[in-house]
This record gives sequence, C-alpha cells and structure tokens, in this order.
Amino acid sequence: MSIETLSMAKALNNGLRKALADDPKVLLMGEDIGPLGGVFRVTEGLQAEFGANRVIDTPLAESGIVGTAIGLAMRGYRPVCEIQFDGFIFPGFDQITSQLAKLTARHEGSLSMPVVIRVPFGGHIGAVEHHQESPEAYFAHTPGLRVVSPSTPHDAYWMIQEAIASNDPILFFEPKSRYWPKGDVDTSAPGIPLHASRVVRVGTEVTLVGYGPMVPMLLQAAEIAAEEGTSIEVVDLRSISPIDYGPLVASVQKTGRLVVAHEAPGFVSVGSEIAATVTERAFYSLEAPVIRVAGFDTPFPPAKLEAAYLPDPDRILDAVDRALAY
Amino acid sequence: MAYTAATVQLLSETGELVSSALSEPYLPIIEKLSDDQLREFHRQMVVFRAIDVEAANLQRQGQLALWIPSLGQEAAQVGSGFAAKPQDHIFPAYREHVVGRIRGVDTIKIIEILRGLSHGGWDPAEHGNFHLYTLVIGSQTLHATGYAMGITLDGRAATGDPDKDEAVIVYFGDGASSQGDVSEALVFAASFQTPEVFFLQNNHWAISVPVTRQSRTPLYLRPSGFGIPGVQIDGNDVLASYAVTTASLDAARSGGGPQFIEALTYRMGAHTTSDDPTKYRDDAELDFWVRHDPIVRFEAYLRSRGADDAFFAELAEEAHDAANDIRLRTLALGVPDASSMFTHVYTEPHSLMQEQQAWLEAYEASFEGGAS
Repeated sequence: MSIETLSMAKALNNGLRKALADDPKVLLMGEDIGPLGGVFRVTEGLQAEFGANRVIDTPLAESGIVGTAIGLAMRGYRPVCEIQFDGFIFPGFDQITSQLAKLTARHEGSLSMPVVIRVPFGGHIGAVEHHQESPEAYFAHTPGLRVVSPSTPHDAYWMIQEAIASNDPILFFEPKSRYWPKGDVDTSAPGIPLHASRVVRVGTEVTLVGYGPMVPMLLQAAEIAAEEGTSIEVVDLRSISPIDYGPLVASVQKTGRLVVAHEAPGFVSVGSEIAATVTERAFYSLEAPVIRVAGFDTPFPPAKLEAAYLPDPDRILDAVDRALAY
Repeated sequence: MAYTAATVQLLSETGELVSSALSEPYLPIIEKLSDDQLREFHRQMVVFRAIDVEAANLQRQGQLALWIPSLGQEAAQVGSGFAAKPQDHIFPAYREHVVGRIRGVDTIKIIEILRGLSHGGWDPAEHGNFHLYTLVIGSQTLHATGYAMGITLDGRAATGDPDKDEAVIVYFGDGASSQGDVSEALVFAASFQTPEVFFLQNNHWAISVPVTRQSRTPLYLRPSGFGIPGVQIDGNDVLASYAVTTASLDAARSGGGPQFIEALTYRMGAHTTSDDPTKYRDDAELDFWVRHDPIVRFEAYLRSRGADDAFFAELAEEAHDAANDIRLRTLALGVPDASSMFTHVYTEPHSLMQEQQAWLEAYEASFEGGAS
C-alpha cells in the first residue's frame, strides 16, 4: 500500500503524468492545457515536464480537436483530449459520434481508436450557461463509445490511466464539483477494473445507485437515513457504458427497492435505462417501482437556481420514502 | 466557362503541351515521365471509366443500392493518385475510386459498400495507405490533418531524404468547402505546419447546388486566408494534376507546410444514381465539359507521341474485360453473417455486444431450420 491524500484534480494530474511517462505515444490535446494547465488546472505542469509536442495547446475548435485526435490515433498515437466544459462538447459531437465511435467497426477490426475525451461535467460550481451540464447520455446512447465517470480521487487516478490504456474510445466524465475535495489514493493498486461497478456502502432496505458527482450525495443521504433508522446500500456505477449490472442487481435482489439518481435531465436518461433493465432482471425481487431522481427536463438554469434543479440528499431521501411506502 | 487566368494547364484542350508562365515551372516534372508512365495514366482513366459505367448499370439493374459516378473526374484523380509516393497516406472523400484502384483497393470493395455489404472494411495499411471513405462531408480533412500532425511528431517529414519523407493528401469537394470541419482542418494544418496537400475537386455541383452557392470567390483563394498557398489547376488535364500535385507533395514532405490545390473538373454524371441532373443543370454546361473530356484530350496527346490504333484498341478491350469482371464479381458477392455486426464495434470485450450477439444467435436458432 502506498497512500497519498489528493484532490481529484491532482489525482488526475498524477494519473496523466504517469500515462505520459509510461507510454511515449500518449498525447494530451485541448484548449489552454499548456502553460495555464487547463481551466481546472488538471494538466498543470505537464507541458513544462513533457514538452509542447506531448501536451498540445490546440486552436479553439472542438471538432478540430477530436477530428485531429482521430488522425493521430490512426498514426499510432493515444490522444487524450480535454473538452474545456461539458456544454462545449457539441461542436465536436459529429466527430465523436459519427467518426470516432464508428471507425473501428468501419475498419472491421484492422484499426482501433484509443482516444480518451475528458469532459469536466455537472453543476454545483455556480457557473454561466453551458458550463454545468451533464451530457453523458448522448454518448452512452452511441454504439462504439465507452463512458465512465469517477467519483473519488482514487478512482480518478486509476480510471484515467486505464482509459488511456484501452484501445476503444472513451468519454471520461470528470465531476467538477469533486475536483477539489481530497481523498486517499492508493497508488499501488487500482482495486477493480475500469468498467466494474461497486457497492460503496452496505445496507438492507433500499439501494441507491449513481455515478460521478452523485455518489457523495447518495452517501450523505444514506448517512442521514441511517440516523433515522433506515439501512441503505449505495452502488457507485463508475461505468455508464457498458453498465456492470452484477453488483446492482444483486443489491436490488437483497433490498427490493431502487432509487437511481443523476444530475442530467431524467427524460430518456441513464436513469431510465437502469430502471428498465433492473426491472427486467430483478422483477420478482422488486417491492416498489424503480424511482428516478434527476435534473429537471429544462435547460440547466441560471446558477442561483441550481440548488433547486440539482438532486440533493433531501430529494434522494424523498424518493427513498416513496420507495418504502409501497 | 470555369477556367480563370490563374488556372494551371499543361495540356491544351486539343492535346498539345502548353507553354506559359503558369506551366513553365511544372513542365520539367512532365518531361521526366516515360511513355510507359503516360500510357499507364491513360490506361487507368479508360479502364476505370468502363468500370464506372458498368457500376452505374448494375445500380439501374437493381444490383447496387447506389453508385457514385466519377465519370469526368478521371484526370484529376489519376494524376494526383500517381503523384503520391508509396509512403504517403491518402484520405479520400467517397468518389475517388480510381485513386483507390491505383493504390491497390479493388473496386469490388467499393461495390460492397454500395451493395449494402460493408461500410468499408479494407485495411489501409495493406492497401497503399488509402484510407476508408467518409460520407459525412468534409470530416476526413480533420483525420488527414491529425495524421499529418503525427508524421511531424514522428519526425518523418523534412528528414532531408525525399525518398523517406512522408506526406498526406486529402480529397474533398466544392460542397465540402463550406463545412466547418474543412475550415478547422485548414486552421490546424496551418498552425502545426502539417506535411499535407488539400486536394479540392471542384466538380461544380454539390448534388443539385452549384459551386456559386458555396463560394463567391474562386476556391483556390480561400486557403490564403489561413496562411496556406493555393493553386488552381485544370483538373481535366491529367498532366497538370500529376505535376502540380507532385510539386505540392514535394513541398509538403520537405517541410514547406500544407498546400492546397483546386482542381477544376466536372461531374459529367449524377451526384449518385439517386439524383437527376437534368432537373438542375443545363445542356450547354454539360456540352462545354464534354468538349473538355479528360480522356479525349489525353488520347490526342498520346497519339502525338506515337501511340497507335493498336494501343487504343487493346486498351478498349481491357476496359471491356474489366467492366465484365466487376459485373461477374458483383453478382457473386455473398451476404455476411448477421452476427458479424457485433464483432468489431469495440476492440475489447463489451457486455452488451456479447449479450445481444448471443441473443440473436439463439433467436435465429429457435426457428426450425434456422432463420431464413
């Protein structure tokens, strides 16, 4: 064991540094990632250490970043693109969904696309329009992509390295509200594989599932519920595509109740998918319908209203009460 | 009609070498070509036109869902295709069938796409570095630029050894010139000084919309705003296409940065077999370009260099045979197994692919005698 206490931003920085050091084919590309170190400082110091040919400040063009990353991957590189904010990914959407996602199939296996697209996502930072969104469902819906989101500094450190080592394209959603809180990072071993989900709190009466920024909310809700005498199990999904249903279904078979939560709008969402699949796989164990807690189906509101928009422990516990009422 | 005072032309409409201020810098490149090489240019143009016509017929007969004619654009493609060196990488749009053929892509691979059997499927590394077709207009210009950035990072351009230097050539059209991706590709190419040639075939029509709707200025002028030199050529002149592309690729390979060629040509057929050009363009325009047919012009040139009737007769027979061959092989194509759709979505195991493939196989097996 080798434990360091790090923020997620620093854990990601260390993970990227290790990936750059381990494999000369790894490149970082994005806007302001060089001397500035990115707007969230995740790449701080990396250009000074590895040079401007490895940590590339690109022109301000998301389609260009992703499209040239595809060409670099064809050449044998392993590009890691930073999209500056969640809401700025859409100029690159076509290259991600029509090209990056499909090129391996189009080549019938003669080509792989080891490209990672890092996306700081989610709310709680009081920012302007396009800076607090959760667009992960668009990408989870796209065959050919993998989508993951760490919830802790430890997972961030390991998952970014595993994503870079993967030969498939990966959307790597970084919860910006979790960039700064510190946590223990065991730099000697990752623990579980990239696409594995994990029970992060054991309980017996209701299962809560989420990923990325929602996991600490679920744990807070479980803590409050415990004080009120309700035993809650929490599952950190970690991977949104593919979804590792094993631990989740096993949990629901035990508790009989499931609440799924995320910041993204609920309509046609990851939560909808989980509700449908768990219902199919654990129908005879369910004591209540799967309940979704999500952002409203509105554009992300102005920052002073975000507290009313975003799921919080109270809204999660409200859903728990509804599940228990059946 | 389309040509301007800036158009580089090496071979006149009547098949004579042009001596002008614009042509002089390129004529030495042509002088190095042997008669065999010149005849090979012609052979590729003539044989492919026969294949192209046959493929369009196959579509009309219901054997292909679609055909994308390159008829009329042979000179632009053959000249530029032969200008590339073996180590160069070629990023086509979706009409560069004869460039692919020159680089080792059997046209049956294109037929497979248009018969609904694949989305590409050849390995560029084993097919002359000719990359797969990209149907979203202009997307490939960014892939080409990224690839060229990789050549620079690898130190494989401007090595001082022209036989080792590598470059990229990317094909796109007048319609694509309006796409944001093409502008972004030009920005990245200029910024990173990529070893790359942008080869724009201006065939004057983006399906039914004329090039005048895409640009109010000649397209060869557009790259200058990005800091990239542009040149306009007579794209129906195979010698201009070869010589200017050779010079541009040499410049790109040796550290001169990205280059841009606008080849004026004409899509004599439809955009694809799905449209009807008589609805949007007039006979006078087509007549002009029929008179500028790249094959007619080059035949006159070869005859002036001594090619005789026997050569052309032999070539006509070869073209006929190639067309027949593509027909027979098209009709013999099988349909891939349905479960193959799952095989290459991901490189590494993926639970949904495994579950759904297993489900489909079990479902099909559940029918007596298997699914029809």
